[in-house]
Amino acid sequence: MVSTEIRSITATGIALLLDDIDTDRIIPARFLRCVTFDGLGEHAFEDDRQQDANHPFDRPQFQGAGILLAGRNFGCGSSREHAPQSLMRWGIKAVIAESFAEIFFGNCGSLGIPAVTAVRADLVKLAAVIETNPTLEITVDLQQLQVSAGDLSFSVSMPASARDALVTGQWDYLGRLLSAADQVKSHAKKIPYLTGFRM
Amino acid sequence: MSDKRNLFNKVWDLHTVQTLPGGQTQLFVGLHLIHEVTSPQAFEILRDRKLSVAFPERTIATVDHIVPTSSQARPFLDGLAEQMMSAIEKNCAEFGITLLDLKDERQGIVHVVGPEQGLTQPGMTIVCGDSHTSTHGAFGSIAIGIGTSNVAEVLATQTMFLSRPKVRRVVVNGELASGVYAKDVILYIIQQLGVQGGVGYAYEFAGTTFDSMSMEERMTVCNMSIEGGARCGYINPDQTTVDYLQGRSFVPKGADFERAGKWWLSLASGEDAQFDDVVEFRADEIEPTVTWGITPAQSVGISQPLPKVNEVAADEQRLIREALDFMGLKEGQSIKGTKIDVAFIGSCTNSRISDLREAARIVEGHRVSPHVKAIVVPGSQLVRKQAMAEGLHKIFEAAGFEWREAGCSMCLAMNPDKLQGREVCASSSNRNFKGRQGSPTGRTLLMSPAMVAVAAIEGHVADIREFAGVLV
Repeated sequence: MVSTEIRSITATGIALLLDDIDTDRIIPARFLRCVTFDGLGEHAFEDDRQQDANHPFDRPQFQGAGILLAGRNFGCGSSREHAPQSLMRWGIKAVIAESFAEIFFGNCGSLGIPAVTAVRADLVKLAAVIETNPTLEITVDLQQLQVSAGDLSFSVSMPASARDALVTGQWDYLGRLLSAADQVKSHAKKIPYLTGFRM
Repeated sequence: MSDKRNLFNKVWDLHTVQTLPGGQTQLFVGLHLIHEVTSPQAFEILRDRKLSVAFPERTIATVDHIVPTSSQARPFLDGLAEQMMSAIEKNCAEFGITLLDLKDERQGIVHVVGPEQGLTQPGMTIVCGDSHTSTHGAFGSIAIGIGTSNVAEVLATQTMFLSRPKVRRVVVNGELASGVYAKDVILYIIQQLGVQGGVGYAYEFAGTTFDSMSMEERMTVCNMSIEGGARCGYINPDQTTVDYLQGRSFVPKGADFERAGKWWLSLASGEDAQFDDVVEFRADEIEPTVTWGITPAQSVGISQPLPKVNEVAADEQRLIREALDFMGLKEGQSIKGTKIDVAFIGSCTNSRISDLREAARIVEGHRVSPHVKAIVVPGSQLVRKQAMAEGLHKIFEAAGFEWREAGCSMCLAMNPDKLQGREVCASSSNRNFKGRQGSPTGRTLLMSPAMVAVAAIEGHVADIREFAGVLV
């Protein structure tokens, strides 16, 4: 299966510049009682939203936003792919954060969601721009590793392997792994615990 | 010539099928554990693409997150849970995977079951769609949590792509003081290195403190590596590891066991092994530790005051304020004396027989404080059976604890065990995130199971070292 080439994302933004946002907050565990990912979008940040009448995910001007701005260690905690799934189904197409937790970052890659990092000062500036002009389109350019929004422009980072997979349309890892099936079978014969520990 | 590679790199190299030009490794997976929450969508991917499971004997399934710990009669009262249970039964039958279900006495929390059955062994690569897979690193394996797309990849190919992390040696030397447990050690390490400190690293836990720990204590430590940001944490295999494994059902026997043992021990990082980073702590710096906030790094030694907002780094202040506000605590106050409503002993961190024995020893002859709801949830059916053979359930029940069936229970509240409203829970689990225990406003204080037992009796957070007659 060939996946789409994702070279850049253009959409309006939504800012949630808090640190250590864990995946339980992104999608509370009770919504993991399901056998498909359908319907997770409406429950993104549900418990936070219940406790904050002014939560960005409920504010009318940010409905339809596609680029999420986040703080440090975004997506820490549980490995649940339900977290990026719920953001994606809410409408998020790319995340710009100060930093990401590792499993969450990998899960974004599996779903073709660019997850790039930026310095805090740039995130703060962009958040201010979004607040005053929520309809402004933001572009995350993965080839140039550049974010632009109106007059504002700054550079972002992403590990080369993750970026290359997106821009060349090779983020469907399953297809690539399958093509090495014979190599995998012969490799298994070199693993001591699969061969009675006879080395 | 001596091998200067640390254990992590030896095991990684052994399982490397190929390295992509971009640097990612296609890693062979030795053991794949699955459960009912993160696997159904993966099996759907296989069906959509008309794929089969490449190495069905290398995947083992159990059920833990959604199972009720009171009545386990089928169908479950929760229709959604019943649907998930049916899905894993159907998927395992259709794809030829062994399922340790509720009717099988080997069922339990996946990270308790793997070691208990001897599925988890040194030198393996172990993955599971669950972040606490790091637990299995206690045996000197590379054990990491993965997402559901990865679960599909591993089912279909027995491999996945990963970037090789750096390896940080986290050294703790010395003897732990009385009343200080493995849980306190890992809470202390996370407090010192932060919840993000381990991102991009595997943690090798080394030093005399870990050397003298039992396998169950080592599992508690490795379990919470992920809470420090490290996707994987491990401890080098030694004679304690080999002795623990001998005789377990999936462990080779006779001459094969002899060969296995030699190989396992040969994997340990040698004296001249190289690391990307080394940090050192002393066991005598660690006291009974309790979290007060909404991340596992927001903890204090029981005799220490909570931080003062103005005394922490500027970029930490907002999070500290958010945590104090959510928890209803004041800066600079003591955590000791904080009234609790619920006491939970269980979870993949602390629900093994040694945890239950220690908690029972403390509880014996006491009564749970009248305003506290206290539950004990063994990590597996076999732990439960062993505890009952030792009469531990009678001690807990006489004290006013509820004695439950095996499962994840109140660690993450995907089952009927949940906090209500703003209840405060003294918990032996691993995460104190907002809403983690099932109530959006519920509050969690993480601590050792022994400290949970003391809190249950006192009705508030208390120092085990001041609890009459428990410590020698």
